[in-house]
Amino acid sequence: MDAANHNWRKAKNTMMQTLAFACAILVILPLVLVFFHLVTQGASSINWAFFTQLPKPVGEVGGGMANAILGTFILITLASLIGVPVGVLGGVFLSEYTHKRLNWWIRFTADVTNGVPSITWGMVVYALIVVPMKGFSTLAGGIVLGLMMIPLIMRTTEEVLQLVPSGYREAALALGIAQWRMIIQIVVRTALKGIITGILLALARVAGETAPLLFTAFGNGYWTHKLTEPIAALPLQIFNYAISPYDDWHRQAWAGALVLILLVTAVNISVRVLTRDRFSRRSA
Amino acid sequence: MNETAPNQPAKNNAASQFGDRAFKGLTLLMALSVFVLIGLIGFELAHGSGIALRQFGWHFLFSSDWDPVNEKFGALPFIFGTLVSSAIGLIIAVPLSIATAVYLTELAPLWIRQPLTIFIELLAAVPSVILGLWGIFVMVPWLRGHLFPLLQKWFGFLPLFQGPIYGPSLLAGGIIIAIMILPIITSVSREILRSVPGLQREAAYALGATRWEVTRIAVLSYAKKGLFGAVILGLGRALGETMAVTMVIGNSPQIAKSLFAPGYTLASVVANEFSEATSDTYLSALFEIGLVLLGVTVLVNALAQLLLKTFAGPGVKPQH
Repeated sequence: MDAANHNWRKAKNTMMQTLAFACAILVILPLVLVFFHLVTQGASSINWAFFTQLPKPVGEVGGGMANAILGTFILITLASLIGVPVGVLGGVFLSEYTHKRLNWWIRFTADVTNGVPSITWGMVVYALIVVPMKGFSTLAGGIVLGLMMIPLIMRTTEEVLQLVPSGYREAALALGIAQWRMIIQIVVRTALKGIITGILLALARVAGETAPLLFTAFGNGYWTHKLTEPIAALPLQIFNYAISPYDDWHRQAWAGALVLILLVTAVNISVRVLTRDRFSRRSA
Repeated sequence: MNETAPNQPAKNNAASQFGDRAFKGLTLLMALSVFVLIGLIGFELAHGSGIALRQFGWHFLFSSDWDPVNEKFGALPFIFGTLVSSAIGLIIAVPLSIATAVYLTELAPLWIRQPLTIFIELLAAVPSVILGLWGIFVMVPWLRGHLFPLLQKWFGFLPLFQGPIYGPSLLAGGIIIAIMILPIITSVSREILRSVPGLQREAAYALGATRWEVTRIAVLSYAKKGLFGAVILGLGRALGETMAVTMVIGNSPQIAKSLFAPGYTLASVVANEFSEATSDTYLSALFEIGLVLLGVTVLVNALAQLLLKTFAGPGVKPQH
């Protein structure tokens, strides 16, 4: 009877292991399928014109998303102007100055703010920027993405700074250097790679955001010349084309999606390859 | 910046003290910006929904009329759609992602863990709009042609699976939500399970437990609270998910019994109608929808963070 029980336990063990394996496969299945369809549906529409031309009006074959691709780069550049300094410096405070209770609250609020739906960010910047400026604009699009980056970068910066051994700090202070210079020259410099990783991941994330841009950057069929004009962005263009009734536009949407996912994935993979060193072992 | 001359210690000291104070003040200011951000979001949404709040009051949450032409606004169909699609998302995603996290930390051969983790992180990085595009052109036609008819055949006696099959539906929205929250629940659960002390496992092994028994007795029961936090975090994401859901849920403000019927969520009505809102009341009603969404997601996320943070406490400290 003992042997039977033992066999049953072993069988159950194998069963649960197989089941967990099956679940893991199911979890990555969508990723594989999405990539497969993006490549099969999108690759054929990617050509030189796609990267160099403006979108063509309905009915005309061809055209590209040059303005949307450039638009996305302009928007994330503007966003980093806001998100990077505020996020990194805030992260420095969380890691280097310990006011236990205050830091807990800042951390908690940053994490909760990270969970705020992206669409509500769009509404807020609409009320703050678009309404007073009387129009959708590049500026509003850059600002909304920049604000969304702040809590993201703050938390990743804090995390990598805390991986810097405290011996480094003590050694620097023992040499008589001021604390703020110690932080910049020793701590931040040591963790620079990790901080940049966090920034790049945040950029990759906001580069794919659509919802907050719907009523800030709004989209544009042409080139944008001023910060006060609406601007096209890759995710917006994909969305507008995907929900349109035209086959031509659907093909363009697939191509745009393939370009966007290659960008995002390239950043994600290169960041992981680049940071395989002593300070990134523990990151999530 | 050059080294200060060593024969001026007092001046050096004063300068560095000023530098210290200024730098600390600057970083503190930047760190405090998160309070400003969340405050700003709350204020702007509340301010924007002023007209609707005054005109409809609490009735807004319980009315199912959404008739912009006649200026009648009620959020119930959207609240219903959000809750149902998120519930479907959780029902699918929670078992799958916790099982995957268990597999990654406890059961999988070591060589498979790293690549699998990277795959899951890549899935987390897929932009919502791309998943929506895939949803419209690949997933929804497949659901309409294959899965939905099967579900109707097997479970058609339940009202949930009755009625005509369109394709874009509450169920399709729920499935897309599941795909979107799988990676976050998996990676947070994985972190939680990894923080379970090895001693827990060793003790169970020493009693002769099999790998699965160790997982169940020593790891899962220990990590319960943290895993619950991971699930709640996933719920927060599910409630606010916008683009992918908007593209597959059908966008029709109704409260239907069938999961095959199209629905609408709080986030998608804002995405679809905000830039077309013609009257002040209409815009204000959409702001109030945003306010409801914000309130719910902030509460849910706060709960998730509390669970995760209080779990992390005993998890990292040695237990005696």
